[in-house]
Amino acid sequence: MGKMSTTRFWQGNEACAEAAIVAGCQFFAGYPITPASEIFEHLARKLPQAGRITIQMEDEIASLGTVIGASWTGAKAMTATSGPGFSLMQELIGYAFMTETPCVVADVQRAGPSTGQATKCGQGDVMQVRWGTHGDYVSIALSPNSVQEMFDLTIRAFNLAETYRTPVVLLADEIIAHMREQVVIPPSNQIEIVNRKKPKPTDKTFFGSENIAPMPSVGEGYNVPVTGSTHNEYGHRFTADRTVHEKLVKNLFRKIRNNAEKIVDYETYNIDDCDVGVVSFGCTSRAIYETVELAKERDLTVGSVRLKTIWPFPEEAVRNIAQNVKVIVVPELNMREVFYEVERVVHGAVPVVPVNKIGGGEMITPEELLEEIVRSVKKID
Amino acid sequence: MQKRSEVRIAGLGGQGVVLAGKILGRAAVHDGKSVVQTQSYGAEARGSAAKSEVIIADERIGFPMVRKCDVLVVMSQNALDKYLKDLKEHGILLVDESIVREVPKIKAKVFMIPATKMAETKLKSKICANVIMLGALIKATGLVSQQAVEKAITKGVPNKAQKVNIHGFRIGLELVKP
Repeated sequence: MGKMSTTRFWQGNEACAEAAIVAGCQFFAGYPITPASEIFEHLARKLPQAGRITIQMEDEIASLGTVIGASWTGAKAMTATSGPGFSLMQELIGYAFMTETPCVVADVQRAGPSTGQATKCGQGDVMQVRWGTHGDYVSIALSPNSVQEMFDLTIRAFNLAETYRTPVVLLADEIIAHMREQVVIPPSNQIEIVNRKKPKPTDKTFFGSENIAPMPSVGEGYNVPVTGSTHNEYGHRFTADRTVHEKLVKNLFRKIRNNAEKIVDYETYNIDDCDVGVVSFGCTSRAIYETVELAKERDLTVGSVRLKTIWPFPEEAVRNIAQNVKVIVVPELNMREVFYEVERVVHGAVPVVPVNKIGGGEMITPEELLEEIVRSVKKID
Repeated sequence: MQKRSEVRIAGLGGQGVVLAGKILGRAAVHDGKSVVQTQSYGAEARGSAAKSEVIIADERIGFPMVRKCDVLVVMSQNALDKYLKDLKEHGILLVDESIVREVPKIKAKVFMIPATKMAETKLKSKICANVIMLGALIKATGLVSQQAVEKAITKGVPNKAQKVNIHGFRIGLELVKP
């Protein structure tokens, strides 16, 4: 970190850990798990050197629990895990959402369900990120497709968590997390770092505002109760009153949904006058650029929408590409997840074709993707 | 050099194939290239199949996995049997002949390197066979500069292991005659 931009050759997980430090992460708690362990290892070395804290807990539930506690002391806090650990964390993700606790959870996806294939890539946690905890909630999940984005989107995850007082998931995958690439680190004065809104001494209400209430820390004298039970703006429990519950939950929805346009992020490529649209994310999207080139030899124009936020879902971008193309193809390393979301958004305007591959850590190659595209187009013609 | 070169280094967990890929990748960065290095290994710490892949190009690299490789380095019989089909017809094959006995007749250029044997006799350390293979690879392909590799070794391995690794790398360079 300095006045000049620097180039590093980092592993994805290492870039995530370095970004956490840059973003101001003061507390990391975790339990080792492939393929996320390097984030923990790196922060175990680096955070204490900077006078901050890394701690290994007895499991993933305790890890997120301490992260939430740390956040209420005013610290930016993070944990990192993979599918099995992410499953354990679901209850506390709901708790963090309900108590409006900023925190970052990196979920480096591997092939599941259960222990599955620990060292092999998968993308099967997309819907878990959206619906994993019980009750009504909305999630924010970012999807990096390069080591550079492991860096950039980790910083963004902290910024979004602090801005909206909510848990944010960095939904990475084994391939991006374990690959090594160049990372350009901008000069420190060009990296945006956001800190949570703090209360004024006269403030009395700290919860359930659609404009995001200020967040006090324990020990600052605000005497604020923090509870996962339904509560009013003061934090007082109301476990039977319909109106208090509705107001709280709807406002928690609004604080994110009203800002969805600012949160949503995606990248388009070659979308003008294309015949076929591809909607992809994470490691799978790395096949796109070559597929576009290969398709030209088959007289097909392929355009791409790559999701950098999966939740909130970039509905507008997907709807737009649906207006121009004959068919949309959705490649992913699972048994159909983003596919359903694309289908919902496209709403029958054009056919949506799933391309799925699971296990063994194998990616969908540009050649395979092209064949599926050609087959889909033939079916329509 | 071609615009895009794809290298696969394969063997068993514990032989340092991932480290060799990492050093090659970092060296290519020092030479100002675009690089993606990936790896694949089993759930066990040692003994299961392991491979490391490095793609080196002048431009941004999209798909990060090697499909057809220009250079294949094998440090186990299994690795050769499994991956030889992915080597381009006129590619380059480097074999650790201390471990791999049978190499079929192929059109690719083949270099037989006694890496593990040299590591044991000259370096007293079997685990340095990876850098010997790396030295041979650099001499046979000219993919990256020797200085860049030595810089990458200095940055990529612990202090106490630097000397032996650089020594091993130089032995590897010598084992391939122009």
